[in-house]
Amino acid sequence: MSALTGHPPRREPRGILPWLAAPALVVFVGFAVIPLVGVFALSFTTWDGIGAIHPSGLTSWRAVLTDPGLPHALWVTFLVMAVSWAVQTPLSILLGTFLAGRQRYRAVLGVVYFVPLTLSSAAIAIAYKALLDPNFGLGAGLKIRVLSQDWLGRPGLAFGVVIFVVSWQFVPFHSLIYQGGVQQIPKSLYEAAQLDGAGRIRQFFSITLPQLKYTVITSSTLMVVGSLTFFDLIFVLTEGGPGDATRVLALDMYKQGFQASLMGPASAIAVILVLVGLALALLLRRLGGRDAGASQLEGA
Amino acid sequence: MTTTPTAPRRPQRATDREPQRHFRQGDRRRNWAGGLAGWIWLVVVAVPLYWALITSLKAQSRYYASNPLVPSGDPTLDNYRLVIESDFLRYFVNSVVVTAGAVVPAVVFSFMAAYAIVRGWRMRVLRAVNGLFLMGLAIPLQATVIPIYLIIIRLRLYDSLLALILPSIAFAIPLSVLVLANFVRDVPKELFDSMRVDGATEWTTLWRLAAPLTRPAILTVTIFNALTIWNGFLLPLVLTQSPARRTLPLALWTFQGQYGVNVPAVLAAVVLTTLPVLVLYAFGRRQLLSGLTAGFSR
Repeated sequence: MSALTGHPPRREPRGILPWLAAPALVVFVGFAVIPLVGVFALSFTTWDGIGAIHPSGLTSWRAVLTDPGLPHALWVTFLVMAVSWAVQTPLSILLGTFLAGRQRYRAVLGVVYFVPLTLSSAAIAIAYKALLDPNFGLGAGLKIRVLSQDWLGRPGLAFGVVIFVVSWQFVPFHSLIYQGGVQQIPKSLYEAAQLDGAGRIRQFFSITLPQLKYTVITSSTLMVVGSLTFFDLIFVLTEGGPGDATRVLALDMYKQGFQASLMGPASAIAVILVLVGLALALLLRRLGGRDAGASQLEGA
Repeated sequence: MTTTPTAPRRPQRATDREPQRHFRQGDRRRNWAGGLAGWIWLVVVAVPLYWALITSLKAQSRYYASNPLVPSGDPTLDNYRLVIESDFLRYFVNSVVVTAGAVVPAVVFSFMAAYAIVRGWRMRVLRAVNGLFLMGLAIPLQATVIPIYLIIIRLRLYDSLLALILPSIAFAIPLSVLVLANFVRDVPKELFDSMRVDGATEWTTLWRLAAPLTRPAILTVTIFNALTIWNGFLLPLVLTQSPARRTLPLALWTFQGQYGVNVPAVLAAVVLTTLPVLVLYAFGRRQLLSGLTAGFSR
């Protein structure tokens, strides 16, 4: 009401605003930005994780870059990324389109679909480890030979299991993104297509898929960049094994640093991890022509 | 204070219902491929969950001889007793402390920052802060864990719950700020103006106007962060050592190391540690799911 009495708006000093952002900034800088800078610095040192830290120039980098373990870890990381993308994307689009439909039972299916999203990677990995056990698991119990293989003991199979479990965990999330994307496609496009006599499949490829372009890029970015950080799942499921068949970069870093006490080389691997992630994010952003997160802020 | 009728939000975000109702109304043909995939995926998701649940209720002695997909004739809670006797109550409390201790400050700080960024968009400092948080979205936690370990040691916090809380807050901030800022931005400017005319300070406006109007977003961000931190594995693995500081995911892992052969007991532990989250899921499914995609869907 006093708005109508028309005394001039009091010019409150806006100086308080930056202070409101200060607590978040302090914690974020202290435990995310400084560690990020710190990992670069640590990659030029020698440290066993307990004693003193000694600067050692390029020793760690030389060790990491000449270690045949690095190209292998990069290759496994790339394979996990590429194969899990190729498996998850079509599946998520299909399920997302399906879930976007209006039948009631789809909502009920949705309740079950999204349960894996709430579980920890550790819990999922542990349950699958038990389920896939060649002697005590599901396959052995059902006495089906094909299902009672040594799933986590053979390199090819273990890799397949990792891809399967990753998909089991994350397809629901990406379906959810696609469901949102499909629901925002204007209905008029489909009506027009129907008048033109386009069938269901034609509609999917001519309308749904092109309209989902940005959704595909968002989802793919999250999948690809996220795949660099599958640590919990692979660590609990296979510990990088058998041998080093599933030893992705993040796992390589952990093992070098916290198991072999080589924090210098481990930091160098972490730097590589950051750089690969950034390169991929930028590449996908260029492909898409815009950044999913930043674009929402442009209108401000 | 909270007599505000509805949170003004962009229609496409409000709920999925509206577009859903109109979606393909004229189309009678079924989506066969989608339907098939939908039912197959249901089986793929449901069978392991079902198997884990029924197995956790079987006696270990009978487990090996039984058909794994048939529930036990006389279910037993012995496995659960074993899990609880293995100190899981303590791990549960640890998880609650870490989650609550990290989520509350993370959301409060993020909300204050989001408010400042939206209201002070003209100030270069705040735009820079916003840019920093956006970049933060791309920092993988794994890559920073070695320096975090070093910092925690130097702060003499190693093997404490606070060691888990501090980095958890930091890594919850970027996405929380992004999502909350999007919602604060949707609060009509006139409301801010009239608050100012009434002589309200930014601090009052923050809590009396912006917070009630963005309550759904605050809730989704809270749930999302709680889930992420509750399920966290790497930080406890690296930053704690003694059994007394274990959180549930880590306890689960060590439990399996100990009782690996006892499949029913291991699965009882899995079910038990999952239960709190499933309860949350049952009550807050909509908020949870919208929270998961709030930062991304478009």
